[in-house]
Amino acid sequence: MAAAAASAMLDSLPAPLLRSLRLKTKQQELLLRVSALALIYVLAFAVRLFSVLRYESMIHEFDPYFNYRTTLYLTEHGYAEFWNWFDSESWYPLGRVVGGTLFPGLMVTAALLHRLLRALSLAVHIREVCVLTAPFFAANTTLVAYAFGREIWDSGAGLVAAALIAVCPGYISRSVAGSYDNEGVAIFALLLTFYLFVRAVNTGSLAWALAAAFGYFYMVSAWGGYVFIINLLPLYVLVLLVTGRYSQRLYVAYNCTYVLGMLLGMQIRFVGFQHVQSGEHMAAMGVFFLLQVFFFLDWVKYMLDDVKLFKSFLRITLTCVISVGTLALGIGTASGYISPWTGRFYSLLDPTYAKDHIPIIASVSEHQPTAWSSFMFDFHILLFLFPAGLYFCFKRLSDATIFIVMYGLTSMYFAGVMVRLILVAAPAVCLISAIAVSATIKNLTTLIRTKSKSPQTTGKVTGSKAAAKGAVDQPLPFQHNAAIALLLGAFYLLSRYAIHCTWVTSEAYSSPSIVLSARGHNGGRVIFDDYREAYYWLRQNTPTDAKIMSWWDYGYQITAMGNRTVIVDNNTWNNTHIATVGRAMSSYEDEAYEIMQSLDVNYVLVVFGGVTGYSSDDINKFLWMVRIGGGVFPVIKEPDYLVNGEYRVDKGASPKMLNCLMYKLCYYRFGELTTEYGKPPGYDRVRGVEIGNKDIKLEYLEEAYTTSNWIVRIYKVKPPKNRS
Amino acid sequence: MAALRLLLLLAAASLLVVASRGDASGAGPRGRKLLVLVDDLAVRSSHSAFFGSLQARGLDLEFRLADDPKLSLHRYGQYLYDGLVLFAPSTPRFGGSVDQNAVLEFIDAGHDMILAADSSASDLIRGIATECGIEFDEDPEAMVIDHINYASTEVEGDHTLIAGDDLIQSDVILGSKKIEAPVLFRGIGHAVNPSNSLVLKVLSASPSAYSANPKTKLASPPSLTGSGISLVSIMQARNNARVLISGSLDLFSNRHEKAGNEQFVTETSKWVFHERGHLKAVNVAHHKVGETNEPSMYRINDDLEYSVEIYEWSGTSWKPYVADDVQIQFYMMSPYVLKNMSTDKKGLYSTSFKVPDVYGVFQFKVEYQRLGYTGVSLAKQIPVRPYRHNEYERFITSAYPYYAASFSTMGAFFIFSFAYLYHK
Repeated sequence: MAAAAASAMLDSLPAPLLRSLRLKTKQQELLLRVSALALIYVLAFAVRLFSVLRYESMIHEFDPYFNYRTTLYLTEHGYAEFWNWFDSESWYPLGRVVGGTLFPGLMVTAALLHRLLRALSLAVHIREVCVLTAPFFAANTTLVAYAFGREIWDSGAGLVAAALIAVCPGYISRSVAGSYDNEGVAIFALLLTFYLFVRAVNTGSLAWALAAAFGYFYMVSAWGGYVFIINLLPLYVLVLLVTGRYSQRLYVAYNCTYVLGMLLGMQIRFVGFQHVQSGEHMAAMGVFFLLQVFFFLDWVKYMLDDVKLFKSFLRITLTCVISVGTLALGIGTASGYISPWTGRFYSLLDPTYAKDHIPIIASVSEHQPTAWSSFMFDFHILLFLFPAGLYFCFKRLSDATIFIVMYGLTSMYFAGVMVRLILVAAPAVCLISAIAVSATIKNLTTLIRTKSKSPQTTGKVTGSKAAAKGAVDQPLPFQHNAAIALLLGAFYLLSRYAIHCTWVTSEAYSSPSIVLSARGHNGGRVIFDDYREAYYWLRQNTPTDAKIMSWWDYGYQITAMGNRTVIVDNNTWNNTHIATVGRAMSSYEDEAYEIMQSLDVNYVLVVFGGVTGYSSDDINKFLWMVRIGGGVFPVIKEPDYLVNGEYRVDKGASPKMLNCLMYKLCYYRFGELTTEYGKPPGYDRVRGVEIGNKDIKLEYLEEAYTTSNWIVRIYKVKPPKNRS
Repeated sequence: MAALRLLLLLAAASLLVVASRGDASGAGPRGRKLLVLVDDLAVRSSHSAFFGSLQARGLDLEFRLADDPKLSLHRYGQYLYDGLVLFAPSTPRFGGSVDQNAVLEFIDAGHDMILAADSSASDLIRGIATECGIEFDEDPEAMVIDHINYASTEVEGDHTLIAGDDLIQSDVILGSKKIEAPVLFRGIGHAVNPSNSLVLKVLSASPSAYSANPKTKLASPPSLTGSGISLVSIMQARNNARVLISGSLDLFSNRHEKAGNEQFVTETSKWVFHERGHLKAVNVAHHKVGETNEPSMYRINDDLEYSVEIYEWSGTSWKPYVADDVQIQFYMMSPYVLKNMSTDKKGLYSTSFKVPDVYGVFQFKVEYQRLGYTGVSLAKQIPVRPYRHNEYERFITSAYPYYAASFSTMGAFFIFSFAYLYHK
């Protein structure tokens, strides 16, 4: 398409001008490449704007609301205040030291962009900047992907990689306009770091290694996923050492990147001294020391020139080094200086770990193991181009291809463990698939070209063409046609990919999840804006120091949109506090009242989908509240809420279930409501049953507000009784 | 038009000033207008001594029959009365818009009440008492009988006029002057709801008393016996509304002049109508030591001062309240600081303490609940933040060797590089 556009442009120029503009092949190629890249850049940005067109320019989902709130604070109060911000509106009464418990990269980036635009006299609101940050960085990622592809294969592969990643659904899912989350910039930073590091390894240049360290610093400032980098790089170095690919280039690249990256990473308050104290970062340090030993041994070998002596020296040195290393690690771990691996890290290595030990991680839908269908959904044809790309990589093994293979394989494993890590795998999959696509198409076109040119130019084939022709010296029958067919097939597949990606983006990944939409009976779009309705109600109608209790999912939104204090929010740093809320929700009303009094709760907010059929409501999340509550307070027992291991809300539900606070708050007065024609009143459209307790009386709470579609229900906690 | 509006504004402002000045000059905690509901207007004369003592203390009584059809406690959303005296034990229902709920709402809105029942107590009266945590004997014929501690003037008879001297030990409720003569009581007994912590027995029966129908033979053991029977009880609600419930209307009458009745009812009515034992806390202030402005947030390990003024209503004016057990809590889910405040005997309580080394949203809490006094519960939310980045020490003395080490390494490396690169 780009080529056609370019040639059309050339044709339309007047003849003399055309002659003076006559480009050499190299220049033509450059022009084509640049214009293709520019189009990909625009495409990557534009395809992410579906959400703005469908809904409005708004922040999506849960975490982005926190990021937005902090960015707003940053632009209003400046960096020093942001750094020292103690937020008394969340985690009441514990508070949260926001400045020290977040990755500031995203907020600083958005604030800088905002300031830049302001400096250019473009009066944009910070919200617009936040909404468009992720698409902007996704577009930048395509450039990095191009450079990376060129580094590991050739510029053709780079272009294909850029095109693939521009629309890859696995990446789009986290970078549509409005998805103002760390991942939006972090994937750019991740790929950039990898590219710069590979470049440093390929060139052995200190400057590129320094650039990689800065890329790493940006990644550390932006996302906790930097742990992937700090573990993948040493693993890569280790593999190169084992395969005998050790070189001075590697030594320079790794040492410089590691040392400077570590020092820079420590500047991020949330990360602090983890680089030297946490078990997750120890691999990088171990490999760093190992490289020094390797270098030293190399030098000794060069100096000694005696194989026998060197062997005994090697034995002694290795024994010493290994025992010293083990001892240091053992002492560090035993004395508590080196913290053990965190639960999140364990749950990555062992997919069943979270389920057994940390319900709060297992309860998040994006932490679930990935289903096959979502691989297909997010990668489409890349899924089978990926192995093909691996084949090409192994066929032309180099330091760079080893890196991309390792990145691809490890990230694919992590993508299988957790749904949301598909995001990390997406760039690797795109790059490797791009190698497959590019190499295949190149081979096919070479076939076609040589065949068609062969009658005229058999005699004067030179240089590289001869090498390419070497394999096809004896043309197979129908080779030309087969090549054309295959090329058409590849074209068809790629166009299917483009169609699939666009469809997925527009249908699945552009929903803000704060505004819900459904298809009405006549096919029209029905919008449920209940969340914002409820949050604005809170903002307008409750005292400014009111404390709202809800399940932690809604904490960020309540503080950002409702501007009220919450007990727990999506920053799940204090499991006990969350468990307390879970316990309150799963207790009887009088027990819950005591808990709520101790936390000074004024309002309780629940999300209920029984009227609209909105399935991710609190009743469906309720078992997790029970599990998390029961994990800390053993009085809450999961079997009490189940009947024969079955979770139900109808007449057959367990008595505890029918009378716990969450059930009462969700279904209060629901028994009077007819939700569907032909069904009895109190028919829950999510669970598809008639509820079991229609006569709910509230003693300690009273209904304060219910949104128009009953999705959000707010209750006021009554003060203690006056006369008893 | 504008001038008129300005005038109106001025008038409103001056009214406000007058109102606030009136408040400061020492008006009592409660208004002085009482509604007295009676079954029979004869009560007005038979209990004239009690009413007289109320009027003598400046209370404005309005007598109405309990079934007066024009009866109403409020008009246009405003309560017409500040207190209620229910001397209508047998009335089955009130007139006008008043019913059980109206009376309870009246109390919940912060008003006081004296309720006297009798052996003829109606379900309405019993219902109100139950809602205030008091259960009258369910047998409608039952009275409190005591064959040992009865009134000596009535040796003969059924010993239902009993002499009670088991009074609550509280100067705030009963006045500082000891009630010497026993209190004579003829009426029904009640039990206090054990789950209700707000109810107190003021006058209990003696251990030899029991509650039964005096006219019939005792067939089964009486449900209420001994000192478990309360004759007169009080309830102070959470909003400091005070309620006195007596099982006898006769207790307040002129008949028992020689007994301790008059002193008892006068003193308890003073308590009920907030002429005694009412505390108010004003001028809560807190600031860092050495400063005067109240900050919106403290830092961990700040030294702060907290002060509050507590006054007691003496019946005529606000007097400084003097006690040594007023405590301040610095509270976040549990008290991190719990300290007695010192007083200057002029009403000012103050203390200073160090903010704990924990950040979070704290509260200054004063929870002062003492027998007979209105509860003082103050809570003020204040966040405590950690140190800012520039509030730590810039250079730590013990780290000087490390500074020296790093700078000397840097210098040595520079010299080494220079020497290595340029040395031939």
